Formats: sequence, C-alpha cells, structure tokens
Amino acid sequence: MLHGLLQGFLPSILEGAAITLAVAVSSLVIALAFGLAGASAKLSKSRWLVMLATVYTTVIRGVPDLVLMLLIYYGGQTLVNTIAPKFGYEDFIDVNPFIAGVITIGFIFGAYLTETFRGAILAIPAGQREAGIAYGMSKAQAFRRIVLPQMVRLAIPGFSNNWLVLVKATALVSVIGLSDMMQRAGLAAGATREPFTFYAAVAVLYLIITTVSIILLKALEKRYSLGVKVAS
Amino acid sequence: MNFAAIIESLPLYFSSLLVTIKLLAFALAMGLAFAIPLAVLRASRSKWLSRPVWCFTYFFCGTPMLVQLFLIYYGLAQFVWVRESFIWPWFSSAWFCAVFTFALNTCAYTTEIIAGAIRSTNAGEIEAAKSMGMSRSVMIRRILLPSALRRSLPAYSNEVIFMLHGTSLASIVTLMDLTGAAREMNSTFYLPFEAFLTAGAFYLVLTFVLVGLFHLAEKRFLVHLRPRT
Repeated sequence: MLHGLLQGFLPSILEGAAITLAVAVSSLVIALAFGLAGASAKLSKSRWLVMLATVYTTVIRGVPDLVLMLLIYYGGQTLVNTIAPKFGYEDFIDVNPFIAGVITIGFIFGAYLTETFRGAILAIPAGQREAGIAYGMSKAQAFRRIVLPQMVRLAIPGFSNNWLVLVKATALVSVIGLSDMMQRAGLAAGATREPFTFYAAVAVLYLIITTVSIILLKALEKRYSLGVKVAS
Repeated sequence: MNFAAIIESLPLYFSSLLVTIKLLAFALAMGLAFAIPLAVLRASRSKWLSRPVWCFTYFFCGTPMLVQLFLIYYGLAQFVWVRESFIWPWFSSAWFCAVFTFALNTCAYTTEIIAGAIRSTNAGEIEAAKSMGMSRSVMIRRILLPSALRRSLPAYSNEVIFMLHGTSLASIVTLMDLTGAAREMNSTFYLPFEAFLTAGAFYLVLTFVLVGLFHLAEKRFLVHLRPRT
C-alpha cells in the first residue's frame, strides 16, 4: 500500500533518509569536538580563550542556521576559487554541499553543546579532579577518567535536546542542493504533482527518527544514572 | 570587503528587516494566543483533553519547520477541494503560508513551555484559590495563568529567538525577508561574504534587542521569585 501511495519513489526517499542521517551523525561528531573544545576554552584560565569562546557561542546563537549555511556554502565557494588559482589550479571548484552542510551544522551545534558541556563540567566538584591529580594522574587523565564519565550523565538532557534540534536542522541542506530526503521528496512531488503525499512521507520519517532518538537517549540516561541515589 | 556594494544594498536590507519583524510579530501573536488555552488543556488531568493537544505538539515539535512549510505552501495545492474552497486565496499566498506555518510551529513549542509551567505550579497557590471559594475558571484566570506565564518567560525568550531565526525560512518560499535580501544581493553582486555577513549582523542586533527586552520583562515580572539577600 505504501509502495502504491508513493508511486515507486519509496526507495529513492529512503536513500535520501540515509543521507539525512549521515549528515546528522557527521555533524554531531564535529559538534561534539567543537563543544568540548569550546567548553574547555570557556573554563580555561586564559582570558583570550574565554573571550574567543564567548564570541563563538554568542555570534553563532544569534544568527539563523540558514544564513550561516548559505554563508559557508557560497562564501566557501568564492574563497576556494580565489585561493586555488594562486597555487596554479585553474579549474572551477565546486564546494560539496554535503561537506558544507556538515561543517555548518557541526559548527552551529558546537556552540550550543559548549554551553551544555560547560554546565556539566562545572557540576563535578573540583575536589574530585584534584584527588585524581593527587594520585599522580596527569590533567588529561584526570579529565578522561574522573570528570568525563560523571559529566556524561549531567550532559545527557541538554545533549538530547540539541540532538533533536540538530536532526531537524538537517532539512536545510536541501536548500544548498544536497539530495537528502527533502530534495528527493521535492523531485517526486514535481513528477507526480502530489506534493502533500511526499512531504508528509518526509514528515513521518523525521518523526520516526526523533521518536527513536528520544527512546534511545532515555535508555542512555537511565544507564548512566544507575549509581545515583534517588529520593523516593 | 566591498563596502560600496553593502551600502548600495542597505535600503533593501532595511525594507526586508521590516518583513522579518512583521513575520515574527504575526507568528508570535497568533502562536501565543492559541498556546495559552491549549496549554491549559495539555496540563489537564483528563486524557481526553491532553492527548489531542499532545498529538499536535508532538508533530510540530518533532518535524523540521521547513517540512511543515512545504506541506502547507506546496502540499495543500494537491487537494482539489482546497483549491476550490474560500480559503484558497489565503493559502496560495507565500506570505500567509509562512506566517501560518510559523504560528503553528511556535504555538506547539509555546504550548509545551506553558503547560510545563502550569504543571509545576506550587500546590499551595491552587489550594489557597480553592479555599477562597474561586471556581475553576476564575482560579485559572486569576491564579494559575498569571503565575505560570511569568515562570514561562525565560524559556519563552529562547523560543522567540528560535522563531526569529526560523523566519529565515521565508526566503525559501520567495519572500523578501532579511535572508531573502542577502540572497538577492548575492545573486546581483556575487559577493557572498558581504551579503550574508550583513544579514547576519542584522539578525545579531535583533537577537540582542530581543534578549534585552526579555531581560527587562523578567526583571519586572519575576521580581517575586528573585532570591532575597
């Protein structure tokens, strides 16, 4: 029935869904890196690092994702094509929309995760890290062995929220020409003149992704809270 | 940086700034107006009242706003009965579809924010209202909502900023908002950095203004919750 309703476009849209998921997961990896780096910078003793991280989170959270994405996509194209000839490369270079999209989304959500991680790190009493260092651990070891496992539990609620917003932001990559499920639905809608059917299919797929995410993240939160006393 | 091109495009940016503000204001006003009664239903103990509202918020919070916009702007034209009905002149306009989608979207998020605040209302406030002999509707109007709406302010200010950024989607359905102006400038001059950085600066200033306004509002309306020193 589903096959009939989507008139043979189901495989194409599912392929698009795979691309959407790939964009989401790749962006998440970049966002995690930026988030951890941003949180460390905000908590560091260097005034310059704190300022840099503050500018990063303030500016990114003050500008729409679409504008940043268009800036990085079109701006990146111009930048690459002004720099490349200086190295003797004469052909026009197209910026890959997948890479532009992933970098943009990762960069944006790195700013949101910076705040989440900063809060989680601050919530771990400094005495624990100091105890680790007193046992002869290096700073990095104390962070990895003592702070990180505990802050994960505290970061999960904020992280879940950001992941759900990130997943929804992936719909924007269709605007810069990546053939994700949004774009494929658009093509199918044009071919069959049934836009509602296909955009509704995309909506359902997004709902499935967010619902599965919520269930998994709830389970993860439970797993990480095993050792925590709950007043009943 | 080609400042001459930016200055030449400034009139375009200022007129598009107005479009962005109008989109935001209409969407927020409509969204909030419907969110308040929906939040009361959503927070109700009766499943028959809260479940339908949950379905609405779950759909609109669980899917991208771009999908919602396309469903309404492109999607509705698929149905003959829509095209032949009296609402078609409205739904064939990009402006109306954008405002309508944004309003539904912000309505869903706002409903959840206010419902959360209603649920976390101090039981003592409600007991006091009951012992004063207030009926349920009077209690909701005089006690529950004034208290819950105030406590929703911090989360609502976040939602408003998100909505401001969300209005940039209007440029995808041909509207000349700030992002639309940037895309126009980029295609005229082929200067992506100048075009999108200028739009970004406008959005940043708007964000700061909104954050400042909410800060003032919180100072005024949440004064009773400030820790006493």
